[in-house]
Amino acid sequence: MQKPVKRGSGMGISWYNPRVRSIVYQAGVLAAVIAVVWFFTATAQENLERLNISTGFGFLDTTAGFGIIQTLIPYTEQSSYGRAFLVGLLNTLSVAVIGIVLSTMLGFIVGVARLSPNWLLSKIAAAYVEVMRNIPLLLQLFFWYFAVLRPLPGPAESIEALPGVFLSNRGLILPDPVLDAGAGLFFGALAAAVVTGFVLVRWARARQRATGQLFPALRVAAALIVVLPLLAWAIGGSPFHLEYATRGDFDFSGGVRLLPEFVALVLGLTLYTAAFIGEIVRAGILSVDRGQGEAAAALGLRDSTTLRLVVVPQALRLIVPPLTSQILNLTKNSSLAVAIAYPDLVAVFAGTVLNQTGQAIEVIAITMAVYLTLSLATSLAMNWYNARIALRER
Amino acid sequence: MSAIDMMGPPQRSGSVLGWLRRNLFSSIGNTVLTLVAAYLLWLTIPPLLNFAIFDAVWTGETREACLGEGKGACWPLVWANFGQFIYGRYPESEIWRVNIVFALGFIALVPMLIPSAPAKRFNVIFLLVVYPLIALVLLAGDRPGLPPVPTSEWGGLLVTLVVAVTGIVVSLPLGIVLALGRRSSMPAIRMLSIIFIEFWRGVPLVTVLFMASVMLPLFLPEGLSPDNLLRCLVGVALFSSAYMAEVVRGGLQAIPAGQYEAARAAGLSYWQTMGLVVLPQALRHVIPGIVNTFIGLFKDTTLVLIVGIFDVLGQVRAQLSDPTWTVPQGALTGYLFAGIVFWIFCFGMSQYSSFMERRLSAGRGR
Repeated sequence: MQKPVKRGSGMGISWYNPRVRSIVYQAGVLAAVIAVVWFFTATAQENLERLNISTGFGFLDTTAGFGIIQTLIPYTEQSSYGRAFLVGLLNTLSVAVIGIVLSTMLGFIVGVARLSPNWLLSKIAAAYVEVMRNIPLLLQLFFWYFAVLRPLPGPAESIEALPGVFLSNRGLILPDPVLDAGAGLFFGALAAAVVTGFVLVRWARARQRATGQLFPALRVAAALIVVLPLLAWAIGGSPFHLEYATRGDFDFSGGVRLLPEFVALVLGLTLYTAAFIGEIVRAGILSVDRGQGEAAAALGLRDSTTLRLVVVPQALRLIVPPLTSQILNLTKNSSLAVAIAYPDLVAVFAGTVLNQTGQAIEVIAITMAVYLTLSLATSLAMNWYNARIALRER
Repeated sequence: MSAIDMMGPPQRSGSVLGWLRRNLFSSIGNTVLTLVAAYLLWLTIPPLLNFAIFDAVWTGETREACLGEGKGACWPLVWANFGQFIYGRYPESEIWRVNIVFALGFIALVPMLIPSAPAKRFNVIFLLVVYPLIALVLLAGDRPGLPPVPTSEWGGLLVTLVVAVTGIVVSLPLGIVLALGRRSSMPAIRMLSIIFIEFWRGVPLVTVLFMASVMLPLFLPEGLSPDNLLRCLVGVALFSSAYMAEVVRGGLQAIPAGQYEAARAAGLSYWQTMGLVVLPQALRHVIPGIVNTFIGLFKDTTLVLIVGIFDVLGQVRAQLSDPTWTVPQGALTGYLFAGIVFWIFCFGMSQYSSFMERRLSAGRGR
């Protein structure tokens, strides 16, 4: 009997040995890559010396000397470039997080609406998707910013959409919720209710698994989360009040101000991404076989239970991976802020800081590293979640 | 035992009323939804139609025609600058060159898109190799009889199409190589491909364009300074090739292992296996994905205006600051026009993509 010959072994060093060839190919490609990288590095060093551009990350400690129109952390013109970087990063994150939440909600509504038996509603949702996803995001941002928000009247003639909510060329002004004494009790009660609810749901699930007895844990938990804080609210003597902005001739005082740049960016990102998420949700729900719902009904499950235990878990499995890439897209697309002068990471750092310091390589590298980290972190989180809900095949 | 009640006759379903009842007013909840939807339409459609059509100014020579209360879109603004929106600042006497490039591209593209048209192989080679070269010579010039036109004078739809087409022409072969590299059995090559693909997919195009326009010159030898458009083209091409690689990889994964094994058993080399057996099947599977990538690329070309190149949107935007056409409704008119242009292109392509998808899955749906 012939012994099976292991691939590539026993042939010695010969061009016809696949392993030798593979090693030679890889060494060749690696050498080429290294040569290219070395060439670019050497040229860059030469150019930097010739142009007298300083290198290194020391500039991060230098005084920035420029103002930023939206800062979530204390920042003045005397702050350092490093501080400016943080301000830009936080602005990017705030737009991204708000955009992700809003576009996911709107996307689910659009996706479900497209499947609605209501003809008019499903057609409107379809038209929304087809219009939004076929027009470049940048164009939509320009539309919201330059054609809608900027031409709004000044503060004196501003539009009062709701009591205390003003829309003007200074942005969107909202009432400021102010916490009074006793708010701590409210938040304590909320936290306690959430924790209790969580424990309750776990206990009920464990008991059902062990004994088969049902306990309406979700409903009790929901009731807890509503009732406990309400009680605390009453005991604390309604410890919030809204501080309304007052309208002056030239500006508003008080209230929370959302810059027009911020509003335009969130609006544009949300409406654009929601169209894509809507399609993902629709495809996910459609992918659940009709037989699944029918089987659940035959077993005697109620509609709501069928939805919660049968349809949604299966649909989510198909929805989550593409939803992740949409969330990442939204985060990356928030860099279009630079075109409408919202001070995000790219506008502040890769724009102003780069122009002032001239240290293009460091600045671009840091900026790209931030986005790469965000992408990687989101992918990892979503992969973890995806692994949890993945089909457990036997 | 008692007999169950007789069922009533089925509801009329053929008439308009029956249709309305079934689709819009079948229950209280459904009726509420219908009313909300109708209200939404009432809020959006009439103002839009009034602005774009009924109250719009259609004729006029100057901005004065569009001034005044209650006037809608200022279309004369678009007519007057139509040439700019299409060609940018391309010299008027040389515009015939752009027109030839447009016409040639159109003539070559149509048989490519019709599945039953013959000579696909020849057509692909023409579109991906010969056509770009002809376009380059015609557009850039600097040949006998063709005076040079610097890229700083290109603009409008011309630049949009140049960026998008270059992106696709470069990213298709590069994406195929990267996809093969990512599935290669050689660890070094696989690693390099993964790093390349994930890097470009992880960063926003805006930073890539910034990199191309500010950082790239520092990495090139002194004296070698390609112009702004070329640098952006490099950035866009590398960026889109990473996305293309993932689309192609999806197609490669759909090919059963038996195909590879059969090809190897028949004695084909790696490149023969890929070129003659695997890729022809894989690429056909991913035509819709390639078209979708192209749609994304086409929309993303607008970003070049951030680094000072004027595509359609950039030209519209530049036009809005021109004092000879400053009108209050200028921004709305300009962006509406640009939106319609992009929508027609992208919607057309997406319809084609879903047509191909249905066609390709027709045989598998059994």
